Amino acid sequence: MWYVLVILVTVFGVLGVAALSTMLERRLLGFFQDRPGPNRVGPFGLLQVVADAIKMLFKHDWIPPFADKTIFVLAPIIGFLCVLLSFAVIPVTANWSVAGDLNVGLLFVFGMMGMAVYSVVLGGWSSNNKFALLGGMRAAAQMISYEVFMGLALMGVIMTTGSFALNDIVAAQSHCWFIIPQFLGAIIFLMAGIAETHRLPFDLPEGENELGAGFHTEYSGMKFGMFFLAEYAGVALISCLITTLYLGGWQGPLLPPVVWFVLKAGFLICFFILLRAALPRPRYDQLMAFGWKVLLPLSLLNTVVTGAILLLRASA
Amino acid sequence: MSEVLDRAESGRAVTGTMGAEVAALPPHMILMAEETRDGVPTYWVSRGQIIAVLKAVKAAGRLRMLFDLTAVDERQRQTRTPGLPDSDFTVVYQITSFDGPLDDLRLKVAVSADDPTLPTATVVWPNANWLEREAWDLMGVVFEGHPSLRRIMTPPTWVGHPLRKDHYARATERPPYTLSEDDVFREQEALQFKPEEWGMQRHSENSDFMFLNVGPNHPSVHGVFRVMLQLEGENIVDAVPDIGYHHRGAEKMAERQTWHSYIPYTDRVDYVGGVMNNFPYVMGVEKLAGITIPPRAQMIRIMLSEFFRLSSHLVFYGTMVQDLGQLSPVFYIFTDRERVFEIIEKICGFRMHPAFFRIGGVAMDLPKGWEGEVKAFLDYLPPRLAEYDKMVMQNPLFKARTKGVGIYSTEEAIDWGITGPGLRATGLEWDYRKKAPYSGYEHIPFEVPTAANGDCYDRAAVHIEEMRQSLKIIRFCLENMPEGPYKAEHPLAMPPPKPRTMHDIETLIHHFVGIGWGPMIPTGEVRSCIEATKGLNSYYLTSDGGGMSYRTRIRTPSFIHLQQLPLLARGASIADLIAIIGSIDFVMADVDR
Repeated sequence: MWYVLVILVTVFGVLGVAALSTMLERRLLGFFQDRPGPNRVGPFGLLQVVADAIKMLFKHDWIPPFADKTIFVLAPIIGFLCVLLSFAVIPVTANWSVAGDLNVGLLFVFGMMGMAVYSVVLGGWSSNNKFALLGGMRAAAQMISYEVFMGLALMGVIMTTGSFALNDIVAAQSHCWFIIPQFLGAIIFLMAGIAETHRLPFDLPEGENELGAGFHTEYSGMKFGMFFLAEYAGVALISCLITTLYLGGWQGPLLPPVVWFVLKAGFLICFFILLRAALPRPRYDQLMAFGWKVLLPLSLLNTVVTGAILLLRASA
Repeated sequence: MSEVLDRAESGRAVTGTMGAEVAALPPHMILMAEETRDGVPTYWVSRGQIIAVLKAVKAAGRLRMLFDLTAVDERQRQTRTPGLPDSDFTVVYQITSFDGPLDDLRLKVAVSADDPTLPTATVVWPNANWLEREAWDLMGVVFEGHPSLRRIMTPPTWVGHPLRKDHYARATERPPYTLSEDDVFREQEALQFKPEEWGMQRHSENSDFMFLNVGPNHPSVHGVFRVMLQLEGENIVDAVPDIGYHHRGAEKMAERQTWHSYIPYTDRVDYVGGVMNNFPYVMGVEKLAGITIPPRAQMIRIMLSEFFRLSSHLVFYGTMVQDLGQLSPVFYIFTDRERVFEIIEKICGFRMHPAFFRIGGVAMDLPKGWEGEVKAFLDYLPPRLAEYDKMVMQNPLFKARTKGVGIYSTEEAIDWGITGPGLRATGLEWDYRKKAPYSGYEHIPFEVPTAANGDCYDRAAVHIEEMRQSLKIIRFCLENMPEGPYKAEHPLAMPPPKPRTMHDIETLIHHFVGIGWGPMIPTGEVRSCIEATKGLNSYYLTSDGGGMSYRTRIRTPSFIHLQQLPLLARGASIADLIAIIGSIDFVMADVDR
């Protein structure tokens, strides 16, 4: 019974957070940009989320006649499911997670993220639209590359903990958050995370100023809504992962663990939004060059140095 | 060489002297000289000789830019100067110097309606391409040897040449429009994209190209602009712009409006330039009518123009940054622009298109208390600009996107007719306000900002520095605004002073005639040019002595500048193209007119 409750709360929690963060983003962007943002529907504009959901659900469910129908429908579902499943291993508190003790938890998350690339690539490909295709192409290269740096950046944490299970990683941070010894890794992970969720400044697969809407140009209604929710759920996921991996997860003094977790993740979500308000978008080749020429050597260095220190400590 | 031309007070060459380049030509090449109201040395050249003359003029090395090329339908002229060559369509070439003092040369070629052909000038100046296409499209003059003489402003299925005098100007002058099924089919056929017609190849030796249609509706093309891209991956092999979606026949409308009532139309040519557009037009009409403008009116004009330069450059700044993915600055910058509009509204009563200039002055005097408003704004903007410097110009990502992208040299710029900030970004310190000061700019201290590399970053940097100079000019106007009338005491100044109409019959008659028919402007032709927000904007007006213009040619910087886009785009990526488009600073209404 408890287990079912955990699953239900997690699923709806994630959906709720994703929906609310669309709202939060628009309000925060408004705040950063000296304008009100959506403030008309309900108290503080909070019902805007509901209005948007209603609009998306009731929109004509249109599939362009030139699109590859099956894949076109499948693409947003894949993306959405992958992000949602990833949340299964996130430990919100010591005993609140669907599968927090999974001994390959981190690998599971990476597997799901790898699958999510399909969603964007297939969406761009099946739309049969050149802008979408270019977006899909960019997405394939960008997301696969940045997954490499993301994985490598994590090596430090995994080596220190000696475990893939997220619960163990949180437990290992009871004295010192990993962001201190693993600062470089955390920064690389954050950047890769932005690229992975294709958010500004790394939103090249969408690149609205160049590609209209990129891979989801042809999508509308709830199918677009799923891409949209997947993006925000992705932001929440990366925030939760950073919280778990580098910021000590649910641990913290005085306040109950769940509050600490929400505070940390919420702070990171706001940080993602601030980034969007602040930075311009690099060019596609610049993004790739930055990844392979800067992030890759740095993450390797991080791995090597962490490994050396661990060996020294073990031998001492 | 230029000493041959005496210089008038206004900085223009005086009528009757022989242009040095033309004087050096063998006499058989030139048919005759013509005296014009604006004093630009004007010569008639025969059809067979024109290319030789253009080549010789360009080879002489001083007159380096084909400033404008247009045609005038002379078939309904009533008061043409006797003795000029017979002409149905006169093709007019305007050539300008860029080294040393400003000089212009105007060459005219007469062609007959039975055989309206002449050789193309694209072999001499590359920017003749679009200008000749436009002259063919709108006036039906055929340029033989032109690489691609297709319609440019009107749709490919258009019948007739709209600027010809026998082409209808209004829908009521033609039978009701119907669209049969066959027509629909024909129109749709014409819209189909065939790369060959655009001069593009489908395959190279190694690969098939992808064609990407950007626009006419696209977030970053600044209006209804379409460009076809030939892509290999994300790299642009070739780009062919397609314009005309914003064409409203502004030049044709001028032939159906009184001289006075055309002023509001000019506002909408470069729709972010506001009264800056009125400026060359009213100056041209005043030159034709021989009206001298009182100093106060002149300075009001300068002050308002500089406010609109600010407003236009702010739009440029905000949108260019937005195109590169930085979302926030555009909101801050448009807030600043709002402050500009508040002042403009308080002075003119209108925000974007005040049509505030009048023949002979401006519409009203400055309102009471204007100094305070202007002063507050002058203190408000500089710190904001400094903040944007930190946020944008010093941002490494912005630099990475714009430095070294879309480069052209000064020579290329002049060859393609680039003026304004785009020219100054290549390192040439050339500003019309300095080289041929008008309306009192000679008394105002300001600097001409330049940059060195001619890339997107430099173009942005020049625009931003120009805003600071505009503030300087406005401050000077604020501190030195002369007293006196805001409109000239001249019978042709429009509208005549209303309060006096009730006291003397002469003014009443003038008022009545002036409002009813509009002022009758003496016969003549004049070219009047200003340093507009985006480059040189000139009006080439021909009056036949009537209440309406006989021919109004609007030379806009945007139209000329956009033609160079393929050169900058080749070899770049799609993302670069967006940066380049942003940095060119064009407005589609200004391109298509």
